[in-house]
This record gives sequence, structure tokens and C-alpha cells, in this order.
Amino acid sequence: MTQSEWPLWEVFIRSKQGLDHKHVGSLHAADATMAIQNARDVYTRRQEGISIWVVESTHVHASNPDDAEAFFDPANDKVYRHPTFYDVPDSIKHM
Amino acid sequence: MQVAPSDTSALNAYPPELRQLLFQYVLQLADTSLILGHRLSEWCGHGPVLEQDLAMANIGLDLLGETRSLYQYAAELEGQGRTEDDLAFLRIATQYRNPLLVEQPNGDFADTITRQFLFDNFHYHCLVQLRASADERLAAIAEKAVKEAAYHLKWSSEWIIRLGDGTEESRQRLDKALASLWRYSGELTTPTATEKALQATGLIPDYAALLPKMEAHLAHVFEEATLPVPQGVFMMTGGKEGRHTEHLGYILAELQYMQRTYPGLTW
Amino acid sequence: METVEINLEEQFQARIDADISIEPKDWMPDAYRKTLVRQISQHAHSELVGMLPEGNWITRAPSLKRKSILLSKVQDEAGHGLYLYSAAETLGTSRDQMLADLHSGKAKYSSIFNYPTLSWADMGTVGWLVDGAAILNQVPLCRTSYGPYARAMVRVCKEESFHQRQGFEIMQTLCEGAPVQKEMAQEALNRWWWPTLMMFGPADADSPNTAQSMNWRIKRFTNDELRQKFVDMMVPQAEFLGLTVPDPELQWNETKKGYDFGGVNWEEFWNVVKGNGMCNKDRLGARVKAHEEGAWVREAASAHAKKRARKMATQAA
Repeated sequence: MTQSEWPLWEVFIRSKQGLDHKHVGSLHAADATMAIQNARDVYTRRQEGISIWVVESTHVHASNPDDAEAFFDPANDKVYRHPTFYDVPDSIKHM
Repeated sequence: MQVAPSDTSALNAYPPELRQLLFQYVLQLADTSLILGHRLSEWCGHGPVLEQDLAMANIGLDLLGETRSLYQYAAELEGQGRTEDDLAFLRIATQYRNPLLVEQPNGDFADTITRQFLFDNFHYHCLVQLRASADERLAAIAEKAVKEAAYHLKWSSEWIIRLGDGTEESRQRLDKALASLWRYSGELTTPTATEKALQATGLIPDYAALLPKMEAHLAHVFEEATLPVPQGVFMMTGGKEGRHTEHLGYILAELQYMQRTYPGLTW
Repeated sequence: METVEINLEEQFQARIDADISIEPKDWMPDAYRKTLVRQISQHAHSELVGMLPEGNWITRAPSLKRKSILLSKVQDEAGHGLYLYSAAETLGTSRDQMLADLHSGKAKYSSIFNYPTLSWADMGTVGWLVDGAAILNQVPLCRTSYGPYARAMVRVCKEESFHQRQGFEIMQTLCEGAPVQKEMAQEALNRWWWPTLMMFGPADADSPNTAQSMNWRIKRFTNDELRQKFVDMMVPQAEFLGLTVPDPELQWNETKKGYDFGGVNWEEFWNVVKGNGMCNKDRLGARVKAHEEGAWVREAASAHAKKRARKMATQAA
């Protein structure tokens, strides 16, 4: 019998309190408990983290690169959404 | 309750006999984590899957870290100018005080997991109590090690469950491992004369008080693993008093190779 | 259809030329994908097999400190293998498949690991020389064109920096120690120097794939460039240690501001690549054994995970 390999999991680590969990890589594990422990053993050997999320890779849905222009280019010309678009006189403070 | 000294110079506050007992005991703990760490390090590069290779090395490294703190303390208690490496590398087999369980060969993964689980279940529960020792150094070492041991116990408990309630083959292998290793588990909680004397002073935990917690955890894990708890097995002892199985000699042959071949050099 | 394909290729190359990373779901030429899988998996296999020659000395390390350092270093190599397998998996090849290719001999790993580690000084030499060579290869790969590979390499390089230092420290301790220790260090250098120079691969003239790989920015320096860099970097370090580099032709060349050095024995190199090194059979044998003996463990964990999932589903229902 050829047993199929353990599923792949994506690993996200919070490096310190106050920061987001950040994707750091992936690994194989038979179940979620093992995936978290493996993530601890693989990705936090040098105090890289204080919290771990794992998600089975098959459950991650991603945008299609072919849609990238339609998805992301329309935001290009909305410069007025950024504070630097506006001129504020130097004498005005706290804005 | 003995009042424990808080720094090295104050070790002299211990009566010589008590200090000798404490030295023997700390040496026993150091030998134990050294030999088990050594065994785990033999797996490095040969694990059943890459992720578990890393896990076993982590446990080995934790144990080696604990080993060093303990030998350093033992050397100070002895006060003869020996170093951690002198104690680790330059004694003969009958002077090693580790229990028989930890010197047993790695065997297959089921053997390694069984050995680890039986040890972790004792190690963790013992360290929890040792944190409260009146000996501050021992308490501090336990404080650090207990966090590591908590993880080790979690890891080995889960593997017992996976192997026990996994496939037919894994179950057979686990049964076989238990049949060969269970008989070494009793020594962990059977106090030697040294341990009894120290337990009487309150410096180290009373093993009888640990047993209910150890048994409860084991019962829970074995139930999940659908394993019966072995009953009526004759328990082997002797390691903690220097009477070892034949395996220790081979461990020491490798462990001490460099120090014995090139005496007195720095590496 | 033809024109669309050409456009994709051109767009792809334009992104590479502009140093824009390629990510897993982006379009890429088949040959780029294949070359990457080959290169990354070969790199991962090298980390995995590379655990063995040093793992060989963990149980014999001469002090508790050295034992801890060596164990953590070899463990790091397992981690690096894992990061790299993960990067290769984003290209659609499973780790199982890559391991099967390693075990069947179809995939290669770095030939340096087919040399035996015979003395404690080899732990110093492997760390100092072999990891030193590896770092030269690896640092440019932190900017390689394929995103997951580059990110894995950033992590690898960060962790790798202690590896070379611990190796150098071992060498320094030996060279400042007793005569027998210094001899041990020199003997190890004599054995490892030439095989290490071979790690950079065949001479540029005999490396037909280099041009394409450089064009794709999978590779950023040629084999000979890196070899030269390595010699220039290592000779002063050997001098500092008081060790003699085993190359009578080694000489400083003021014009090129670098060392001239003797010719590598390429016959030996190809022999080891073909499987005739001292340890090829042992190294691969050890990997196959570990994998096969681990099969029942992996199956047990899968079976248990299924049982547990079923149990939870029943409880939820």
C-alpha cells in the first residue's frame, strides 16, 4: 500500500505581541495538532514567535494573477485617498 | 525543612553529609538527561519524517541544556575543581547514576516514543515539585526545565496515542515496545538511599506524592490510545546506584572517545 | 496561439530583467519551472544528506558545549531542507516525489557529502570550508527570481551564519591547542580543500546551463567566479590559523588582485558524481533506510488523524 503523504499546511507566526501573524512557510503534518507542534519545532527555534496559526494548504483560496490588472490597477489613480495628496499650510499643527 | 544557601560560597552552609547527598542526586539528574539526550541525538538525520527529526533534536537539545546546568551545579557541590565535562566524560560506567530506562537503545520509533513517554511523565511531574525545593539552584534549574518537559510530555503523549490507535502495525510495535520497556519505569519512582535521605529533608519531592498525578496522566493517554495499562510486571532497578544494563558501556565508548583518546586537551 | 505564447515568454523575461519576483501562480515557461524544481530539490537533498557526515560525530563530540552546538547545527540542516522542499512544492511537485527521485538516484545532491568525516577536525573543516562555500553559493540566491525560493534562502542564510563561525572556532581551538590538535586540523584541511573547490561545479566552459540560469536569475554568478571568490576569501583565513593550503601552485596575482591556484581534479569530481565516492552508497542507503523504516509511522499518524476526524464528525452530528 502506498500511503499518500501527510497534507501540507501553511504556517503563520506572530513574532511579538501587537504584530500580525505573518506567513513564514509550510510543512507536512497528519493533523492540526501535529501541524502546530511541527511549526513550533521548525519555525520558532530562534525565538521567532509567540503565537502560531496553521491552515491546511488546500483551504487557501488565492486571487488569480490573470486578474491582477482588473483587481489592483484601478486603485492606482485614487491618489486623493492618501494624506500626502493634500497641501496643508506649515503653520497648521496636529493634522 | 533545611534552609538552603543562595549562592555558591554559601554551599558550605550545608553539612558535609547533606552536601554529598545533594551532589549524588544532582549528578543522577545530570547523568539521566545526558544519556537520554545522547540517545535522542542518535536519531538526528534518521527520523521517520523531516519534521519529527527536528522535534527529536529539539528535545535532545533541551535535555543537553539541562544536563549542563546540572553538572555545573554538581561540580560546585563537590568542590573538587572538576568541570561539567570532567563529570560527563571522565567517569566509569558504574559511577553513572542514570536510571536504566534512559540508556535503552532507540530501537524503532515505537521504542523511542515509549521510552520518552515513560520518562517525560516522571520528569515533568517531578520538576513541577522540584521548583519548590528549598535548594534555590535546584529550584531554578527545575523552573526552566519544567517548561521544556511540559512540551516533551505533550509530544510523546500524542505519539503514544497515534501509534496505539493508528494502524495494526503501529499497535503491534507499540505493544512490543511496552513489553520490553515498561519494566524499567518503576525505577524512576523507587527512591534510592540517597533519594530517601534527601526526601526526608524536603529538598527533593516525595515520589509517592507524584504517583497519583503520573498514573492519572498515563491512564488518560493509554485510554485515548486504547492501550491496557500493563499490570504485575517485575520492575528492574539498579541504574541509579550504578548497576547498569550492557547498553551503557557502548554509549560511553562513543561519548568518551575523544576525551579518553586525547586526555587533558581543550576542544 | 503562437503569438500569445511568445508574448507570455517576453513578458516573463521582462519581469525577470526588471527584478520583479515570480510567484507560484504566475505564468512561467515549463523549462524555468523544471530547472527550478531540479535546482531547489537538489539543494534540499543536499541539506538532508548533509546531515549525515556531521551527524556522524554528534555522539562523539568532545565536550557538552560542542555536542549541543553540533546537534543544533545538524538540526538546522533538517530545517533548511524542509524550507527548500516547501519552496519546491509551490511549483507543483510533492515532497514524496522529490524524495523518490533522490532515493532512486535520479536526483542529485552535493557531492561533497560523499566524502567521509574521519576526525573531530572534520567538524571544524566542514563548518569553516564547506559551509563557507555554501554561503557563497547561497547569499546571491536570496535575490533569485523565484519568490518562495528567495524567501527560503533568506531564512537559510540567516541561520547559516553561525554554522561557519562555529566551524572556524573549532579550527582555531585546534590550531591554538596541542601539536596533535594542530596536526588533526591540517590533515582535515588537506582532505577537504580540493573537494570543497569542486562544490562550485564544473568549469564555466563545461557548464552549458549556466547562461540560461543566469538569464533567468536563478543563478547570479558563474561557477568559476564563485570559486575564485572562495579561494581569495579562504587563503587569508587559513594563514591566520597557521594552516597550509594543500596547493603548491597557489600564488597571489597582483594584476588580477586574486590568487592563482592549481587545477581541480575533474576526473575525481565526475567519479564521485557518478556514484563512486567513498560514501555515496552509505549516504543514500541511510536516507532510504530512514524513509522506509518511517513508513509505518507516517501511515499510523495518517490513520489516526482519519479516525479522530471521523470521531469529531460523529460528535458534531
